[in-house]
Amino acid sequence: MRERSGRPTRPGHAGAPARRDPAEPVLAIEDLTVTIGTRRGPARAVAGVDWSVRAGQTLALVGESGSGKSMTVLAATGLAPRAARVTGRVRLLGEELTVLPEPRRRRLRGRHVGFVFQDPMTSLNPVLTVGRQVSEGCEEHLGMTRRQARERAVELLDLVGIPSPRRRADAYPHQFSGGMRQRVVIAMALSCEPDLLIADEPTTALDVTTQAQIVELVADLRRRLGTAVVWITHDLGVVAGVADTVAVMYGGRIVEQGPVDAVFAAPSHPYTRALLAARPDPAHRGRELPAIQGAPPSPLDLPAGCAFWPRCPVRGDARCEHELPPLVPVAPGHRVRTFYPGREDA
Amino acid sequence: MARFVLRRLLQSVVVLLGVTLVVFLLLQLVPGDPVRVALGTRFDQQTYDALRERSGLDRPLVAQYVGYVGHALTGDLGVSFRSGQPVTTIVLERLPATLSLAVTAVLLALLVAFPLGVLSAVRSGSVLDHAARVFSQFGVSVPDFWMGIMGILLFAGVLGWLPPSGYVALTEDPAGWASHVLLPAAAVGLVTASILTRFIRSSVLEVLSEDYVRTAEAKGLRSRIVVVRHVLRNALIPVVTVVAVQLASLIGGVIVIEVLFAWPGVGRLTYDAVQARDYPVLQGAVLFVAALFLLMNLLVDVLYARLDPRIGVR
Ligand SMILES: Nc1ncnc2c1ncn2[C@@H]1O[C@H](COP(=O)(O)OP(=O)(O)O)[C@@H](O)[C@H]1O
Ligand SMILES: [Mg+2]
Repeated sequence: MRERSGRPTRPGHAGAPARRDPAEPVLAIEDLTVTIGTRRGPARAVAGVDWSVRAGQTLALVGESGSGKSMTVLAATGLAPRAARVTGRVRLLGEELTVLPEPRRRRLRGRHVGFVFQDPMTSLNPVLTVGRQVSEGCEEHLGMTRRQARERAVELLDLVGIPSPRRRADAYPHQFSGGMRQRVVIAMALSCEPDLLIADEPTTALDVTTQAQIVELVADLRRRLGTAVVWITHDLGVVAGVADTVAVMYGGRIVEQGPVDAVFAAPSHPYTRALLAARPDPAHRGRELPAIQGAPPSPLDLPAGCAFWPRCPVRGDARCEHELPPLVPVAPGHRVRTFYPGREDA
Repeated sequence: MARFVLRRLLQSVVVLLGVTLVVFLLLQLVPGDPVRVALGTRFDQQTYDALRERSGLDRPLVAQYVGYVGHALTGDLGVSFRSGQPVTTIVLERLPATLSLAVTAVLLALLVAFPLGVLSAVRSGSVLDHAARVFSQFGVSVPDFWMGIMGILLFAGVLGWLPPSGYVALTEDPAGWASHVLLPAAAVGLVTASILTRFIRSSVLEVLSEDYVRTAEAKGLRSRIVVVRHVLRNALIPVVTVVAVQLASLIGGVIVIEVLFAWPGVGRLTYDAVQARDYPVLQGAVLFVAALFLLMNLLVDVLYARLDPRIGVR
């Protein structure tokens, strides 16, 4: 049986920054650099990253595992590990987050940003009911009573497609399948009607069918709620379907960014082209994927020049090896970090 | 749940049977004639034969064991060689002293270990964390009887704040009991506190690195709520077991401290029974401690099922 209750009740926007210019990005980061102190020395996980995302738009952050995608969004929102040193500017709804004291940043993050993390098996607390985990944010940030927050949790569970939400609100995470848990996490992320949804590889831990459902669910919610979305993935395949703009990261830096259509039509960095070639192609299902040779650089020991140089099929010259290429425009809004944009020859 | 408890109780009975058998056989291996030792200078052949018969020691081994178990099931653990009193009565008399010492020691230990363990994990690497490490290193390396002696010297001898030894029943004179229990409880509790501090710290640290804690932080909850609602609930589940094991081991094993502080508990009773070769009392005391241990384990399992929703009680 399905209890349908329509749209969730709209919470007030008490405590939100003044109503803003729709052209102003929801989240804008500039020159973000994250250095993590480790036992084996400083690891520069993110270096000089710039991007922004507007209301109702989706930015895809793409790159192999370890390229600094998660650290970028965690550091931007004040969730980086304690050992991390974060520099740069981060504006959330016009407020400069990096200079705010942690209590204020915490409130802004909880009230205006929703997170969906990679593994729904580990991102929910095993000893609290899912209803409680969805409702606690509403209590904290929307000034709801425990009762009101619970009602809202039931509505949200319904919104993300959990059958019999009223009953299921009292269940524990281990009583849900992976896909259903990720729906719970999404309900949690949406609980305060965030202006920004950050989804960090939300489908990686799920099977293919469930992946498609979750992608569709987030896209649908974004259309209905007008939320800005940062979608992190290592799979360029889903990017075309969900994103408006894309930023490709390698070794902690952006190597190519721009509108999805432009980047897909004219990929200008050899790494982007390699990623596109490695994309699972439905037409050639079952064929061996042309995986990229070699491994990404260690953030403990980054090369002086282009981080992709050791694996680059173009290989360039001594300049590539010793000098960091700048991010240069190749078309309006489309930038690439290479000395030889578009050169495919070897 | 009722079925689970019942099954565990039956299992406990089997374990206790094993315990009695082991103790029984071990006592057979001890050289010397217990009846003779028990009589001491009062020895004469008639009394000797009478006591042997009354204790059933003239019968074959198997008959002795079966008889012992049969009586034990009805609560009769035989009579003391020394005093002739029923063992059950003797042990029950000593139980409150031991229980109140063990529980006080564990409570004192928790009072220190809980805040210290949690704070040193939440602020790992801080001065407090280092202090906690020094404390628990000290606590596990210093023997409890040494702490007991130092405690007596300082608080009873130099300062004269507390009595050096002795026991007053809690039911008779709570204040008197408290002043007597403090030193021995602190002496044994220090080791427990050190073990618990370490355990709580590592358990909290482990939970702090869990993904769901990051989720809670991402929600913008106050750090106090993150720690209390999300971290402690999970981190304390395994701590329950360690606390119970510590408590159980204190109930069975504070012999030295009980002797040092003239604390008339089961430990002291066991010590005296060994000295006097009073086998029925020794056997009875061991059986009681084993039973309490099993009961504690059962309680932990029930508590576990209540604390952790993932554990379904079958
Ligand atoms: N807590 C940490 N301590 C040290 N290094 C870390 C930590 N977290 C991440 N890193 C390093 O930072 C780099 C970027 O990691 P991450 O942002 O998680 O990559 P991605 O999300 O793109 O897979 C990686 O090389 C990783 O090893
Ligand atoms: Mg990641």
